Amino acid sequence: MAIRLLAIETATAACSAALYIDGEIQERHAFAPRQHAALVLPMIESLLVEADLKPGQLDAIAFGRGPGSFTGVRIAASVVQGIALGAGLPVIAVSTLAALAAGAIRETETQGVLVALDARMEEVYWGRYVAVTNRVPALQGEEAVCKPECVHMPADGIWIGAGSGWDSYGSMLVERAGERVVRLLPDLEPRALDIANLGVDKFGRNEVIAPEAAVPVYLRDNVAREP
Amino acid sequence: MRVLGIETSCDETGVAVYARDGGLLAHALYSQVELHARYGGVVPELASRDHIRKLLPLVQDVMSEAGTGASDIDGVAFTAGPGLVGALLVGALTGRCLAWSWGVSAIAVHHMEGHLLAPMLEPETPGFPFIALLVSGGHSLLVEVNGVGRYRVLGDSIDDAVGEAFDKTAKLLGLPYPGGPALAQLALQGNPERFTFPRPMTDRPGLDFSFSGLKTFALNTWRESAQDDQARADIARAFEEAVVDTMVIKCRRALHQTGIRQLIIAGGVGANQRLRERLGQLMAEEDGRVFYPRPEFCTDNGAMIAYAGYRRLLAGQTAPLSVNVTPRWSLEELDPADA
Ligand SMILES: Nc1ncnc2c1ncn2[C@@H]1O[C@H](COP(=O)(O)OP(=O)(O)OP(=O)(O)O)[C@@H](O)[C@H]1O
Repeated sequence: MAIRLLAIETATAACSAALYIDGEIQERHAFAPRQHAALVLPMIESLLVEADLKPGQLDAIAFGRGPGSFTGVRIAASVVQGIALGAGLPVIAVSTLAALAAGAIRETETQGVLVALDARMEEVYWGRYVAVTNRVPALQGEEAVCKPECVHMPADGIWIGAGSGWDSYGSMLVERAGERVVRLLPDLEPRALDIANLGVDKFGRNEVIAPEAAVPVYLRDNVAREP
Repeated sequence: MRVLGIETSCDETGVAVYARDGGLLAHALYSQVELHARYGGVVPELASRDHIRKLLPLVQDVMSEAGTGASDIDGVAFTAGPGLVGALLVGALTGRCLAWSWGVSAIAVHHMEGHLLAPMLEPETPGFPFIALLVSGGHSLLVEVNGVGRYRVLGDSIDDAVGEAFDKTAKLLGLPYPGGPALAQLALQGNPERFTFPRPMTDRPGLDFSFSGLKTFALNTWRESAQDDQARADIARAFEEAVVDTMVIKCRRALHQTGIRQLIIAGGVGANQRLRERLGQLMAEEDGRVFYPRPEFCTDNGAMIAYAGYRRLLAGQTAPLSVNVTPRWSLEELDPADA
């Protein structure tokens, strides 16, 4: 599609930014726990300088809206709010779990992905995705945060397990999945490259929001206890 | 020069536009006090979650109230510390990225420098040097201010900050959070002769503050009292007198020690009427002057950040693209900013 789209993803220990211009993607990527705030704008700047673009020449900006690290998804949302308001751009919110599924589909050419991100507190962020056209994964059911023993496993089919949850709670999840899971990608991180691809797809369907609506989806909402 | 200021270090979202011509053009504040009240204190994660929902609408409102379009802004100032990391990140990143996409400079501001310079937003301002008494929920500081960024900390709290001591004492007297202002209100009905509380750390030299002992003293006094409304008010009065008197003693010492004759009061506790009264008397005795920001700029706000950022941008300072927030940050680490 003839579109210029900036994408960022900072919901996990990885930090990345990507620039999509008419079907070509450039990406900056780093494994950098706690460095996202320092790295993300320099990454974005270097992508735009290389393409000789000003922020106002973009068509849209997409971000990984979570779930993931609370601070991480807020970093992406804050950056996107600032740039979108400043440059007058529409925003596209992409699920971090969907981006992980897209990464798994891109790397393995499989159809079904069970995404599990370590959510700490003995829980995972869970999503079941199946590839449709253009390798865009479609969510089956709902994204959830729950104990690994409670995730909604598919009854049949052939699946890949992707994301850090398959590392932290690997044996429990593998035991539950049985032979339906044929391959694991526990080290796979969500990337801006995939946020960009999914963002372009959503842009084509006009799924855009205003800058101030670019807020995280945390899934976990019981974060404070009354005394 | 026009500067947009953003403050998100704790539980208030503050935004303002300050201009070389015209001064403060507009400012707005969204307070989260009610959100945190049921938890008896600020819940950091909830604070961050609220900032990210409130900040951009506030920016849009303030810009339109200031009659300021994007092309009129020459810089964006954001609080980079001290404060809650997650809360700071929201304002810092949004502000930094706004500046980048507008193609203007950004500047990282020290929250307490904002408080120190807040009296400069008023019609009558002190010249340098002056002594600043910074008394808020998180800080009790006496600072010698010799210029923007030229700070010497003369005294600091070694335990509870003044506002914190007010709030904790209010809580043990059964007043709702944050109890500082309610305690001050109640003290008006108290008998000043009934109880006498100690003046911590005034019997030895030095300008540091310690207020946690007073809270314990209040608790014991309460337990031994009839625990009725009059006892509550009398304790509030004795507590307030002790805290205020201690601050007056330390301020007098700071003036004598430095020979400086101007004093400014900033921070939330600066709203306390008894403190203002007593410091007014002190400065009359000392043949000096006392300056205050208006009450709404005593507590956290975007105006003071816009102003501090304006002063630093004027001096040619800017922030890099890399955003770093600093939850613990001393005023003495700041670079001078001489325009
Ligand atoms: N009239 C008053 N008398 C005593 N204390 C008061 C009064 N009004 C407000 N306070 C206290 O001031 C504090 C709030 O001030 P402020 O908003 O400046 O501080 P903060 O944001 O908690 O801390 P900091 O600015 O150091 O991060 C609270 O502790 C409150 O109880």
